[in-house]
Amino acid sequence: MANLIIETAKYLMLFLFAYYTCGSFAVYKKNISPKKREQILNRQCAAIYLIHLLAYSVIYLVTDDIGMVLFYFVQVMLFTVIQTCYVFLYGNSSRLLTNHLCMLLAVGFIILTRLNLQQAIKQVVIAAVSVLFSLLVPVLIKRVGFIRRLYWLFAALGIIGLLVVAVLGSATYGAKISLSIAGISVQPSEFIKIAFVFFVAGILHTDTSFPRVCAATAVAAVHILLLVLSKDLGAALIFFITYLVMLYVATGKLFYFIGGFLAGAAASVAAYRLFAHVRVRVLAWSAPLTVIDNEGYQICQSLFAIGTGGWFGMGLYQGSPNKIPVVTQDFIFSAISEELGGGFALCLIMVCISCFLMFLNIAMQMKDRFYKLTALGLGTVYGFQVILTIGGVIKLIPSTGVTLPLISYGGSSCFSSMILFAIIQGLYILRQEGEANDKKRIRTKTKKRKQENGRRTSPQ
Amino acid sequence: MVITYLFLAVFVCMMGYFTYFQMFLSEDFINNPYNTRQDTFEKRVIRGEIRSEDGYTLAETKSDEDGQEYRYYPYGEMFAHAVGYASNGKAGIESMANFNLLRSHTFYPERLLNELKGEKNEGDHVVTTLNFKLQQTAYEALGSRNGAVVVIEPSTGKIRAMVSKPDFNPNRVEEEWEELTAEDNDSSVLLNRATQGLYPPGSVFKLFTTLEYIHENPGYDNYQFDCGGSFTSDGAVIHCYQNKRHGEETLQDSFAESCNASYSSIGLSLDPDQFAELCDSLLFNKDLPTRYESSKSVFSLKEGAGASEIMETAIGQGKTLVTPLHMALVTCAVANDGILMAPYVVDHTENRDGAVVKKYSPAEYGVLFQEEDTQVLSDYMEAVVAYGTGKELSGQSYSAAGKTGSAEFSVSGEPAHSWFIGYAQGEGKETIAIAVVVEASGTGSKYAVPIAKNIFDVYFLE
Repeated sequence: MANLIIETAKYLMLFLFAYYTCGSFAVYKKNISPKKREQILNRQCAAIYLIHLLAYSVIYLVTDDIGMVLFYFVQVMLFTVIQTCYVFLYGNSSRLLTNHLCMLLAVGFIILTRLNLQQAIKQVVIAAVSVLFSLLVPVLIKRVGFIRRLYWLFAALGIIGLLVVAVLGSATYGAKISLSIAGISVQPSEFIKIAFVFFVAGILHTDTSFPRVCAATAVAAVHILLLVLSKDLGAALIFFITYLVMLYVATGKLFYFIGGFLAGAAASVAAYRLFAHVRVRVLAWSAPLTVIDNEGYQICQSLFAIGTGGWFGMGLYQGSPNKIPVVTQDFIFSAISEELGGGFALCLIMVCISCFLMFLNIAMQMKDRFYKLTALGLGTVYGFQVILTIGGVIKLIPSTGVTLPLISYGGSSCFSSMILFAIIQGLYILRQEGEANDKKRIRTKTKKRKQENGRRTSPQ
Repeated sequence: MVITYLFLAVFVCMMGYFTYFQMFLSEDFINNPYNTRQDTFEKRVIRGEIRSEDGYTLAETKSDEDGQEYRYYPYGEMFAHAVGYASNGKAGIESMANFNLLRSHTFYPERLLNELKGEKNEGDHVVTTLNFKLQQTAYEALGSRNGAVVVIEPSTGKIRAMVSKPDFNPNRVEEEWEELTAEDNDSSVLLNRATQGLYPPGSVFKLFTTLEYIHENPGYDNYQFDCGGSFTSDGAVIHCYQNKRHGEETLQDSFAESCNASYSSIGLSLDPDQFAELCDSLLFNKDLPTRYESSKSVFSLKEGAGASEIMETAIGQGKTLVTPLHMALVTCAVANDGILMAPYVVDHTENRDGAVVKKYSPAEYGVLFQEEDTQVLSDYMEAVVAYGTGKELSGQSYSAAGKTGSAEFSVSGEPAHSWFIGYAQGEGKETIAIAVVVEASGTGSKYAVPIAKNIFDVYFLE
């Protein structure tokens, strides 16, 4: 009987996620009525609750732990709070983005509960706290337009933060990335990513003269060098690409982008020559099976997991994802692929793509250059991070040890990703309201013109 | 915007690669012996059968009265090394086809229903390239002696038989494991000598010496040597077998008669570095292209080696060590116009109802010999059978070619390992190649050749 439920749930969850994913692209269809759109979004929302319910039914069935039921309801409450707050407090918010946020969180909670209950509980608590903060963000965004002038402050915060980590940070898996403050381990680079985007957007949004660009590049270089010193190569890459993209869009000069890219390539070769840990990563990527006992162990376990899971997955608790070292963080995607299936994992990638497209879409439509660059920067941070982590675990690129936003375990990662989504949500609201105002303005203008015309014409 | 498309392209690449991995690359990883996840499939699937090419069941899963599953090998020791065992870390085909055996491709709704009911599905059957008749012949021909026989079809790389002795009963591996692996058990019963056994090649190695000689001396046709039964250089003496005087001989005669004196003299004239390079290009010092556990053959002649070492190396003694599979593969390449086909033993897998699930096709490993070399080697190997040490194989319904060898390995006067490598062609049948080594028996012509003959007879007379 248990088997029947586990197997049925597996296929149902895959089906529901596929349905959900189709919805995320269907809402963009051109000739779709607002009513139909609402309907799709409502159904998506239902799919989230259903997938979550199915997964926790299986979890309860296998663990036979009544606490799971409670844990389930706490999460349901959290999703409900997120959904209702955005709908009622911020009517202009993007419902698709809210859905994606909930879906990614739900998938994360499910797989973390299966992998490591302790971490899952922590994650839910952190997510709940983050929700409180992130709900304030859209309100703040409207009032704190002045932050565009505080870019030196963001630069200072970022550099000091990274410097402290580089000097005092504790090393995990060879990279210094976290600080222990009052017993809580924090990864400052997760937050500095956002500060860095604000810095670049601030310094480049009005002035893109050569000295300006030089100053911005110098600060960016210091950030990246500090990260390299801490051996946090994944983060260094994210900062690097984000800066290049923002610089290119701000200046419109392709030369900067290509030049920077080439410089980056040269730096990578240098890093390969200089650092043993880079060579290890590359070796583990190029021929993992030959070094399976040591360097390639993690990536091989990841590929075993993905391969053995196949398209439909082994079913929750039916695989052995815990064999992959650091599975709850960098390698969570492999665990999802193993137990929930390759099809499920592909849908997950598509949801991430959908998020990324929304971020960049908002960037394109923002009229304010500061906000435009901010949305672009955050979108790049998110998109590139997803590429690094998933590309790494499926052996498309060498693994760089970054987390999958909103899904991987990690307080700082979860918190900063929630803030990131909230900022985008805030910008979206800003744009919607701007659009509404524009329309109003146009409407009043035409009214006036008509009246004037009327006055002018009446005497004749 | 360019950026959006750029990122989108990377995302699409990622999804494409993920799909590609799932569809084509994942097998390599799933089948890796390090992947212990395979074992979770055992809870859901009844391990499939392993069958010979001609329909004999070599391994199957049965249940005892208590419903406990066990693996049964109907022919016991005969296929022990080729098929291997499914417990204690697994070996042979049981290991390399583990995942195939644990996958079920029965009618999908039925499979789904079983999965839902929590009942086991029937795993796929693995159909091998092994031929029951040839295996049986090889097994019986080797008799009570230790050694190995490998039979391969040169045009495809299909392994038709693989015997290694001493052997074990795969039905009792689990019970006898302690004993089999005990430290004081020095008969190494579990070692598959066909792929892992490292033997001095003896005169079989003259094939490589010959090849190096003709590369260095385009006028090899004019080679002349007057054999007086032994050859001396720098105080080191190499004798011909039983000090036999071969008299005036050409290169082909030296090969056919396996004249040690002549080859010692040839060896001294060769460039050691170039010789080592040739051997490296012929699969020495590297992993063989097989999924069986295998050892690397060793060749290590260096610049500045003494006359004694050079001469011994030239006649296949010295530090050189080879596996029977390696010798069989080299023979295959000679018989197949210089092209080596990668050897394989799993032909296809099929579901319970006989529908093919996955077919493994012959694949070229690479070119080992150029056209002229192939011609010379096959001519010389034919000469061995026509008037040399392999005469016993002449005058048959098939035409055979080969090279014998007897490899000294002990100082205490035990008889040599006897070798034969060769191939045979006949009407209406694919050519087959063979490598035989019989441990501590005597000369190749006396012990190894009759085994080869036995197998050729059975193969061509059927």
